[in-house]
Amino acid sequence: MATYQLQINGKTLQADVEPDTPLLWVLRDSLGLLGTKYGCGIGQCGACTVHINGTAVRSCSLPVSAIGTKKVTTIEGLSEKGNHPVQQAWDEVDVAQCGYCQAGQIMTAAALLAKNPKPSSEQIDTAMNANLCRCGTYHRIREAVVVASNKITK
Amino acid sequence: METIEKTSRRNFLKIAALSSGGLVLGFHWSDSAAATFKVVKDEAMLSEHNFNSYLSISTDDIITIFSPNPELGQNIKTSFPMIVAEELDADWSKVKVLQAALDTKKYERQLTGGSGAIPHSWERLRKAGATARHLLVEAAAKKWNAASLALVTENGRVIDKANNRSLSYGELVTDAARIAVPADVKLKDKKDFKIIGKAIKNVENEAIFTGKPLFGLDFYREGMLHAMVQRPVGFGMKIKSVDSAAAKAVPGIIDIVQFKNNVAVVGKSTWQIIKARKLLKVEYEPEGTVESTADHDRLFKELLNSKDATVRRKDGDVDAAFKTAAKVVSKEYQCPFIPHNPLEPMNFFAHVRPNGVELIGPTQTPDRARGEVAKLLNIDPEKITVEITRLGGGFGRRLYTDYVLEAAELSSILKAPVKVTWLREDDMSGGTYRPAVRYRFEAALDASGNLVGYKLRGVGMNSGNPTREDNFPSGAVENLLIDSVEHKSSITTGAWRAPITNFLAYAEQAFLDEVALEAKQDPVQFRLNLLEKAKKTPTGAIKYDIDRMKAVIELAAEKANWGKKKNVAQGFSVYFSHRSYVAQVAEVEIKNGKPTLQKITAAADCGVVVNLSGAMQQVRGGIVDGLGHAFYGNLTFKNGEPEQKNFNTYRLIRLKEIPEIDVHFVNNGIDPTGLGEPALPPTGGAVANAFFKATGKRLYNQPFFKQDALEGVQLGTKG
Repeated sequence: MATYQLQINGKTLQADVEPDTPLLWVLRDSLGLLGTKYGCGIGQCGACTVHINGTAVRSCSLPVSAIGTKKVTTIEGLSEKGNHPVQQAWDEVDVAQCGYCQAGQIMTAAALLAKNPKPSSEQIDTAMNANLCRCGTYHRIREAVVVASNKITK
Repeated sequence: METIEKTSRRNFLKIAALSSGGLVLGFHWSDSAAATFKVVKDEAMLSEHNFNSYLSISTDDIITIFSPNPELGQNIKTSFPMIVAEELDADWSKVKVLQAALDTKKYERQLTGGSGAIPHSWERLRKAGATARHLLVEAAAKKWNAASLALVTENGRVIDKANNRSLSYGELVTDAARIAVPADVKLKDKKDFKIIGKAIKNVENEAIFTGKPLFGLDFYREGMLHAMVQRPVGFGMKIKSVDSAAAKAVPGIIDIVQFKNNVAVVGKSTWQIIKARKLLKVEYEPEGTVESTADHDRLFKELLNSKDATVRRKDGDVDAAFKTAAKVVSKEYQCPFIPHNPLEPMNFFAHVRPNGVELIGPTQTPDRARGEVAKLLNIDPEKITVEITRLGGGFGRRLYTDYVLEAAELSSILKAPVKVTWLREDDMSGGTYRPAVRYRFEAALDASGNLVGYKLRGVGMNSGNPTREDNFPSGAVENLLIDSVEHKSSITTGAWRAPITNFLAYAEQAFLDEVALEAKQDPVQFRLNLLEKAKKTPTGAIKYDIDRMKAVIELAAEKANWGKKKNVAQGFSVYFSHRSYVAQVAEVEIKNGKPTLQKITAAADCGVVVNLSGAMQQVRGGIVDGLGHAFYGNLTFKNGEPEQKNFNTYRLIRLKEIPEIDVHFVNNGIDPTGLGEPALPPTGGAVANAFFKATGKRLYNQPFFKQDALEGVQLGTKG
């Protein structure tokens, strides 16, 4: 066991865990941040996507000992009032079916738009291809990224 | 106006005037034939556990509607309340929706499966809303000393237009609770619907996009133990020996429990039990048959020629028809096992105490879960509560209760609250798969190209009857024989979204495409001709609606501009499943020298569309699901063990690979007939038929991507 001071969603949070514990399980089991989901545990589905210093990362495959002072953002911290343009777009387009993958989808989309506010359709496809949606809401995911992009760049 | 008779109904109204003010309406399901009504004074009876009504209206205008059925992405938590709110003329912005816990006394058919929730509940949900509306109007009439017929309702208010006055529902509820329940209640004319048919956003959107804990896996309770179960690595195996010393030594591990054919690792956190489980040393030995995919391939050939088939339907004399046929077409189609793979893996929480059991988690069948836990623990089902969380997908997997029983058994053994979590690898190797099935279709054509004989044999692994013997084209062919042979496999199987038809529809629609070509008829016209024949000169029982099927065929053909596009290869498919009809046209074009699936046009008849947003996505999602699994879904076995265990070796369709999907609904005004599954079955057939048109090569087996005909072909419009 070791004690980690983690910079998460603008706060310093403490967790007492083994160094090899993936960030995903620190968030869920130790810190009660349950928006980040487990889907496969091997970085294939994207349900566990969070931002590390602004980059979309698979938290299921990232040991807590590798984080240090880097800034972690989870779906809970994407915006204070749930009004990030990507979140608004997800609502307007009514993207979710079961909703389980959507936090990861939103985090991937938000990281893409932070770096590239006006992505081409190919760039959207390449970024969002990393996240699985078992319900098949892909058309709406595509549409919502465009809606969010328009909100950011208007 | 439509009127629903109260007799024969098992809906009972209960009204409660809360001491804090407000109205609660509940429909109870008791055996008595007479409607009863009483004012409940005791607030304890109104606690969430004791009283799960369909709706309550508070004095501050908030309308709370309880949604009894499990939500797994079919959007029922939004569409059920829409139906109540429609008849109530509620202000949708003031409607709150709560998931009800299991209560078989208060709700009927509290399960999600078979595309049946809306068809089953449509009338009673409407009646719930209309009854509440009636009481509110009567209360206003009494207050104003006006004729109730002169009053109208709109957006949560009763309005007296002649006298320019109105009252909100919240202002009327206390009086409304004293009005007698009507014997009959008038329902709206469908043309007056204001909420039903609109695109209404998912009521859970905000919780989803802000990451609120909604799902079973998100359930945590102070002091709860985490458990992970090592099940036999292969089907037909049993434990020979267990060495748990290394696993037990992992920090945070509380216990290693052997139960039935399983070993559970129990600890304080998920990561600790994941780590410990990897250190378990469990040896297995065969118990009965241990099967491999190669065995199944051999078995299929034997079973197709078996003399011991079970006849499912027989019309006329097929032997004579095939003997005298001018042409015979015979083709075989095979699909592999596939897992459901909902993105939220199986999990459940159980707390078994001396005086009762608490179950919390994602289940499509809370009542079955309770019944089986009662049996397992030998306790009265009345002592078990089941709280239903949101389901991160189901696809049929959560109709089964194996993972609920694991949690209950472990909690009973450990005498502590326990959450069982499955890893993806457990989910994919834990059984209850869509079974592997093989079909042989045979058609006899006369010299003019008429279909005079039709044979179908279905053989499968634990597949029961893998045919739908009364579906189209049964009824349209004078001489027909449909039979089946089953192999009892040690691999466990179960319902997978659109059971049986998820592959049968593909095989049948691909086969009919070949038959139409042999008959020198256009595939769409060929189907319409058969339907015409079934209508004019039916053979045997017809258990599908010929006119509804014809209407979706014509709508899909019209919207896709069937047969009129240049340089586009179109493939057609139509299927009736559950209670609804869906036709699809797939379009393949040659891009960069490769055949590429560009578009699917769908025409669906599910009766009245309740929520246009949910319904559109349900059709698109069903098509994406059907396409993805037809292309890639493939679970193979070696010595009883699944060879694919996670998404690195088991491929699911991704965003880049989806074609454009254009959805149209038939607007015929009939009561809803369900949409959770019917859009999936036709997809594989339409796609395979379009690839044939483009390449001249037929696809017979799934997954498509493993077949020579599609070598090098990928999904996705961008190559």
